[in-house]
Amino acid sequence: MSEDKFDAIVVGAGLAGCTAAYLLAQAGLETLVIERGNFPGAKNMTGGRLYAHSLEKIFPNFAEEAPVERCIVHEKISFIDETRSTTLDYASPEAGDPANRSYSVMRSSFDQWLAEKAEDAGASIVPGIRVDDLIVRDGKVCGVIAAGEEMEADVVILADGVNSILGEKLGLVPKVSPHHCAVGVKEIIQLSEQQINDRFGCSGNGGAAWLFAGMPSAGYMGGGFLYTNKESVSLGLVFGLHNVAEVRKSVPQMLEDFKNHPTVKPLIEGGSSVEYSGHVVPEGGLAMLPKMVADGVLIAGDAAGLCLNVGYTVRGMDLAIASGEAAANAVIAAKEKGDFSEGSLSSYKSALENSFVMKDMELYRNLPGFLDNTRMYNEYPEMVTGIMNDLFTINGASAPLRKKVMPHLKKVGFMNLIKDGFKGVKSI
Amino acid sequence: MSDAVNVDVKLGVNKFFVDEGNPHIELVENPDPKEFAKLEAACPAGLYKKDESGNIHFDYAGCLECGTCRILCGNTILRKWEYPNGTFGVEYRYG
Repeated sequence: MSEDKFDAIVVGAGLAGCTAAYLLAQAGLETLVIERGNFPGAKNMTGGRLYAHSLEKIFPNFAEEAPVERCIVHEKISFIDETRSTTLDYASPEAGDPANRSYSVMRSSFDQWLAEKAEDAGASIVPGIRVDDLIVRDGKVCGVIAAGEEMEADVVILADGVNSILGEKLGLVPKVSPHHCAVGVKEIIQLSEQQINDRFGCSGNGGAAWLFAGMPSAGYMGGGFLYTNKESVSLGLVFGLHNVAEVRKSVPQMLEDFKNHPTVKPLIEGGSSVEYSGHVVPEGGLAMLPKMVADGVLIAGDAAGLCLNVGYTVRGMDLAIASGEAAANAVIAAKEKGDFSEGSLSSYKSALENSFVMKDMELYRNLPGFLDNTRMYNEYPEMVTGIMNDLFTINGASAPLRKKVMPHLKKVGFMNLIKDGFKGVKSI
Repeated sequence: MSDAVNVDVKLGVNKFFVDEGNPHIELVENPDPKEFAKLEAACPAGLYKKDESGNIHFDYAGCLECGTCRILCGNTILRKWEYPNGTFGVEYRYG
């Protein structure tokens, strides 16, 4: 094997890796993708929602053939305390422009589809092999070591996920800190198509996305989520790891309690759980970005910390796809020049900077700090549900509206409200 | 508000290929209880356990390979953390 040198080796057949491999192979570069799972997607997990725009650019109308679950047309956000909830509900018809749509997806099937696209374009995908190390000569990455074999390449793209041990070994990726990530857990709960349509007000291939703030993450940074698939719902939560020493219940217990919340329980009643998964979510934003390029190597997707938690929506897959595309373009340009040095490959970084990826990372740079405020997960859900309770409880003579609302605002504290409101506006 | 969670039942529906006799995660001997408590709380698979008499237990079978324990305690009470060898470990059928 070591005598044939590849143009590019991609570590990890996730969305970043497969997108890069597809574009590289299409440009005629000899590309090898190495994946430790038994098939692309076998190790991958998502909360459940893909914003289509970045993949639409590469495969127009991909949803017509890709294994997507449902097109999201209902958005719900709930503030929930231990027993009550207040929900904001937005519904719209499916967007006319496919680039404006988003879909619930499951990675096990979706990643296989994307990997097949890369294979059809000419990339070789080798599953079931773990890359143990990188070949580095004179500071330049020259290939990988996997299953006792050395495989050489002009360039290696690390798309090996949030715990990029290979990126750490190179000194490019800082070890993920508990302050910059959350742990996510999820259950796939099987229900019939009809049950889902009835419970979530959907029809056809329309689906719902639902985020929950407050009780799911035990009053700390994080939140719950629910996405409808064709014949199941993805129900889970994320929990910011830096609060783990403070918390009195375990993450699996948080999910169990969330499933039993009076608002959630009827949604999944009668459904059977068919998979339980866990994953780390890079949530540090701009603060955790690694050095993304060095001689002979680029880093993409979760490995590069590309993920955005904006509170009302969480994104990672569209960023992974865009970074895979940018990495591939940089490698194609480097191949034309015959120069795989850091300087030459740095067009990857400028492409990211000129794209929505870095513009959004920059725009939301202060959000992780803003969202790390326990009032968001305790006092505010209590306040909102408390106001609702007083508005909708009738028992004798009514008090003026203002008198019903004021005590709840007082409980949080006016200064806190002003401070958080001001900080919130500033951070978006 | 709800019963204590039984994570083993949840893991029971997953598909695993356990690399018998070749653990990809190893704990140090006598781990610091405070550090261990973090993993008891955070591990999605509930693999870090303490029994009624206070003895600690850890089993790498059932690992979801999320890396949470590595991030929290990779420098303190984990002697080894790596991904399972190719083809081994959890295999998501949905993901």
